[in-house]
Amino acid sequence: MRTRDCKHICDESSPAIGEAGKTGEWRSLTPVIHHNKCIPAKQKKQSCFLCWLYCPDAIIKKTIPIQINLEYCKGCGICVQVCPAKAITMA
Amino acid sequence: MPKTRRASASLTKKANKANIRLLDGNQAAAEGAKLSRVQVIAAYPITPQTPVTEALSEFAERGDLKAEYVAVESEHSAMAVCTSASMVGARTFTATSAHGLAYMHEMLHWAAGARLPVVLACVNRAIGAPWNVLNDQQDSISQRDTGWIQIYARNNQEILDSIIQAYKIAESVYVPVMVCFDGYVLSHTEMPVDVPSQEDVDRFLPPYKPHTILDPANPKNYNLVTLADPRANADGVLCHGYMELRYLLQEALQNSAETIIKVGQEFGELFGRNYANMFWKDNLDDADIVIVAMGSLAMEAKVAMGMLREDGLKVGVLGLRMFRPFPKAALVKALEKARLIVVFDKNISYGSEGATSSEIKSALYGSQIKAAVRNFIVGLGGRDIKARELADAVRKSLPSLKTGALNIEYPEWICYI
Amino acid sequence: MKVNAVNLTETEYVLPGNRTCPGCALTLAYRHILKALDGQVIVTVPASCLTVLHGMYPITSVNVPCVNTPFASTGASATGLVAGLRATGRKEITVLAMAGDGGTHDIGIQSLSGAAERQEDFIYICYDNEGYMNTGNQRSGSTPLGAITGTTPILGKRQNPKDIAAIMEAHCLPYIATSNSSYPLDLYEKVRKAKEIKGTRFIHVFAPCAPGWQFPYSDTIKIGQLAVETGLVVLYEVENGIFRLTSASESLARKGNLKPVREYLAKQGRFKNIAEEQISQLQDWVNTRWECYIDRATNF
Repeated sequence: MRTRDCKHICDESSPAIGEAGKTGEWRSLTPVIHHNKCIPAKQKKQSCFLCWLYCPDAIIKKTIPIQINLEYCKGCGICVQVCPAKAITMA
Repeated sequence: MPKTRRASASLTKKANKANIRLLDGNQAAAEGAKLSRVQVIAAYPITPQTPVTEALSEFAERGDLKAEYVAVESEHSAMAVCTSASMVGARTFTATSAHGLAYMHEMLHWAAGARLPVVLACVNRAIGAPWNVLNDQQDSISQRDTGWIQIYARNNQEILDSIIQAYKIAESVYVPVMVCFDGYVLSHTEMPVDVPSQEDVDRFLPPYKPHTILDPANPKNYNLVTLADPRANADGVLCHGYMELRYLLQEALQNSAETIIKVGQEFGELFGRNYANMFWKDNLDDADIVIVAMGSLAMEAKVAMGMLREDGLKVGVLGLRMFRPFPKAALVKALEKARLIVVFDKNISYGSEGATSSEIKSALYGSQIKAAVRNFIVGLGGRDIKARELADAVRKSLPSLKTGALNIEYPEWICYI
Repeated sequence: MKVNAVNLTETEYVLPGNRTCPGCALTLAYRHILKALDGQVIVTVPASCLTVLHGMYPITSVNVPCVNTPFASTGASATGLVAGLRATGRKEITVLAMAGDGGTHDIGIQSLSGAAERQEDFIYICYDNEGYMNTGNQRSGSTPLGAITGTTPILGKRQNPKDIAAIMEAHCLPYIATSNSSYPLDLYEKVRKAKEIKGTRFIHVFAPCAPGWQFPYSDTIKIGQLAVETGLVVLYEVENGIFRLTSASESLARKGNLKPVREYLAKQGRFKNIAEEQISQLQDWVNTRWECYIDRATNF
């Protein structure tokens, strides 16, 4: 193990997803979206997206239907709490 | 990794003719910083350094120097301003003394650890308690393990010249440089100083090229938490652990001697004052007794040398210019003929001895030189040091020359106890 | 157009797979702060949970340039960045200093105060999780009365927190605001506004900490909202001396009734030992402050 390919003379870091690894592995409960209740899915238009707004880790996509990146979702459950339609549950 | 940059080709033309001015050490330091075209200055008042910051703020307000002058609220902040400004590519300068330098301690480590070429003028002063505003070298010696290069000036010309060279050294090896000079003895004493022209200094010193990139279009982060062991980046390249980064800093200081000498030589070629050395040698060729001293004390030692030579003793003086990196190999070569080395320290590592004495002994270990080393602690807190007293200390040490007693456990003090 | 969850930019600067705890209010706040700055920023960060979020060498979880700086030096580091950028002719980049409450109220207050007095041109954001959370929850100058921490383990803290926004207001800054990670759009708008102003701009962001305060991760938003609804946290801004209540605090002022602080305290393990007397002390403190804010507010 040698670090001679590393050209840094001081601590210089570059951005990348998954710095702490697959943080989805930290999760004990997993969020499940019920698209039949989810407002953007039901209305078939850009709306609500509060789960996206409040997710600390930016792992929800503002698509229709919304998508949760379970590879990195830490399972905090904030999305469940902020959903006005009760369209997300933890399982 | 950035390598030492080549000197600019325009060094071949000789400098403009001498411009001798009467400057005290603080003015010489300020002139040196101004001629180096420093871009960000952050400083806080402390005796005896204050006139440096006053002079620089005047240069900046008058428009003689195009620089951001930040009148910070502490020395810790002064060095924080310098490190961050250096990270975005500005040439930075600060000056301080004693407690100010001690207060900066954390940031001194930070500047060296981040490999930022900050230059600091340390006007050497004693540290309390009790309060004392006069000269010794306890302040900068206490910072010897922070990873900074340390240059000690013997007179005001050397202060000015060393600051200009300090930027070229620092920006070549990416290590910060502390230019140290004795409070009052130099800082408040006027001497004739040849002040080079801006045109000539510009030829000598190219603009600063930072190794740190702080650009939203290419977002790098610096000084994050670093693990003990190496860690791969997102592309799979194994990057250093904390220890490898520390090794690189040590390596940079070890290798900096070459740069220091080269820069000193270039300076000499252009300005006629040669600094291609790590220490100054006076009459070492035939000397079996060598006085070692650092800073202005080396000048006083030369007077003592004259007295002792009149007694028929073969005495030389080795004036240390560089304390970090410490020039071990060169020193051993220079001390080849020595049989008695008398080291005067204006500092003390309590419970041990003077810092330069320890360094000298460490350099001699394993060499062919069988010289006795005697250490005297002198001049703490501004205690006047007379050449006569230095000469007396050498005379007192002469038995070691005959007995060949190599070492004395603790230093002797020239004081009234 | 007023910003909302639908039209807010999808560009993210805080990347998934970062190192902060689940449900981290700081991460949520930082996400929206960087959106508001369009990523056109250089950040300086002292020792804090934000250091953890920025990751470990050689990878960072944040897509903006950043320097880490020692704990006490955030204000000075930001000053250095501003001075260095100006000296090298890069004046268009915003400098953001962001520290926790320990790094702001306590060890960093000298360098922050110095920089603010000099009116240095940067945005300073204090995210306040009311203690030294990165070292496992010890008392800070921002820890509330009655809270149990590692250094107030039995009796709880016996003093009220210092009002950092008021301290900063005494520096005559052009823009001061308080916000809260549970109101990301309020935060976004305030950072957006701050971006367009010159001089030292200070934003205090309340950021609940699930592991430190001992509540479930999923309640981060609810706790932050309760803090506003009980009046423990008041959302306002002071622009050139003009004081306005904003968003939820503004509507609460119009409606005229705060929830009792007891509701907020009951949801957090850190207040489990709080005495009745301390609760009424806290309630009095909240009521007095709330009246002062109402008196000062110019917008209703």
